[in-house]
Amino acid sequence: MKSVKVFGPGCKRCETTAEMVRAAAAKLGVEVEVEKVTDPRAIAMAGVMSTPGISIDGKLVHAGGLPDAAKLEGWLGV
Amino acid sequence: MSDGVPLETGPGRAGWNWHLAVLGFAILWWNIYRNLQPAAEWMTAQLPLERHSHAGEAVAFFLYDVPKVMMLLTLIVFAMGVVRSFFSPEKTRAFLSGKREGVGNMMAAGLGVLTPFCSCSAVPLFIGFVSAGIPLGVTFSFLIAAPMVNEVALVLLFGLVGWQVALTYLAFGLAIAGVAGWVIGRLRLEAWLQDWVREIHAGDGAEGLDEAHLTMVDRYRLGIAAVREIFAKVWVWILLGIGLGALIHGYVPQALMERIMGAEAWWSVPAAVLLGIPMYTNAAGVIPIVEALLGKGAALGTVLAFMMSVIALSLPEMIILRQVLTLRLIAVFITVVAGGILAVGYLFNLMF
Repeated sequence: MKSVKVFGPGCKRCETTAEMVRAAAAKLGVEVEVEKVTDPRAIAMAGVMSTPGISIDGKLVHAGGLPDAAKLEGWLGV
Repeated sequence: MSDGVPLETGPGRAGWNWHLAVLGFAILWWNIYRNLQPAAEWMTAQLPLERHSHAGEAVAFFLYDVPKVMMLLTLIVFAMGVVRSFFSPEKTRAFLSGKREGVGNMMAAGLGVLTPFCSCSAVPLFIGFVSAGIPLGVTFSFLIAAPMVNEVALVLLFGLVGWQVALTYLAFGLAIAGVAGWVIGRLRLEAWLQDWVREIHAGDGAEGLDEAHLTMVDRYRLGIAAVREIFAKVWVWILLGIGLGALIHGYVPQALMERIMGAEAWWSVPAAVLLGIPMYTNAAGVIPIVEALLGKGAALGTVLAFMMSVIALSLPEMIILRQVLTLRLIAVFITVVAGGILAVGYLFNLMF
């Protein structure tokens, strides 16, 4: 079980990003728990300055804009 | 590196194919662009309309301006997407921290234009900057320039009004952002931040992400993604804006416009700024209206003040920033920026 956090104030792109994470995980057969972090404090503490950001098991892998679908699978797959 | 996806690296075959495709696209683009005016005239001539009637003027305007604006947008947004891939908020922050006020304000304004930024990230970005020791005023310069001097605004001004106006807008937009931020910095308002913002120490986890290692092909892809995203967001506004512009172009009498928005009416600049604050649309919707107003004799300064106010002072962004700023600080922010816009409005009316 991987714990994925999507950082973003709840804009449309953050929703899309969370969906992309779920879709990629389903495709790879990886079990994930997606948590949306919308509190600006928590987002800043994680070091994310441009949203949406993604962390997997506590490690930040992406910040700013929609992630690339292929890269997303790469991050989830390893 | 946890990145398991094979990315094309270096100028391999795929790289060259991309370069050629981009070049081919640029040539095709130029050839279509050159022929837009005759094509629009031809299409208008096919319609059962008198060319110099109100309706004829409006239709010709619409048929020429819509494809022109769309094409200019595609080109510039793609180019900006590629350029922006060389910048990131993290790099900008690292660059700005330790810069003095003054120079730092002007640099922040310039970087505000080049750094990829979306207003929904305004709060984390603000915290990230302030907690990294970037002075409050310098942070504001960045936050003012980012929405105000955007590529969509510049493209539309360039395409619809002329390059002189676009260039002047760029220069004055940067100047307002730099000076307004500097003024806010001088006022020493750090105490007016929300308490928790001053105490927080933001992490710097986003530094050194994969995004730093991009090939030119990745950058082209980012450019294409930017074009898609901007178009999805603004096409309706462009159509509506140009449609409304076309109506003004064809139907609104010139004398009326000159009386309301001409340079003689001193109150028109502040009125335009006030009117612009609650209005929230992006540059795409405003500028076709701007062009039509100008064509009808509205004064340039008044119209630009209106446009800057609509784009730079928006209520939704204030509401987002309310999380980190006290109301007093937001009031100062609005006052200083509106003051700058007023000054630019009067200056333009004097100059042109």
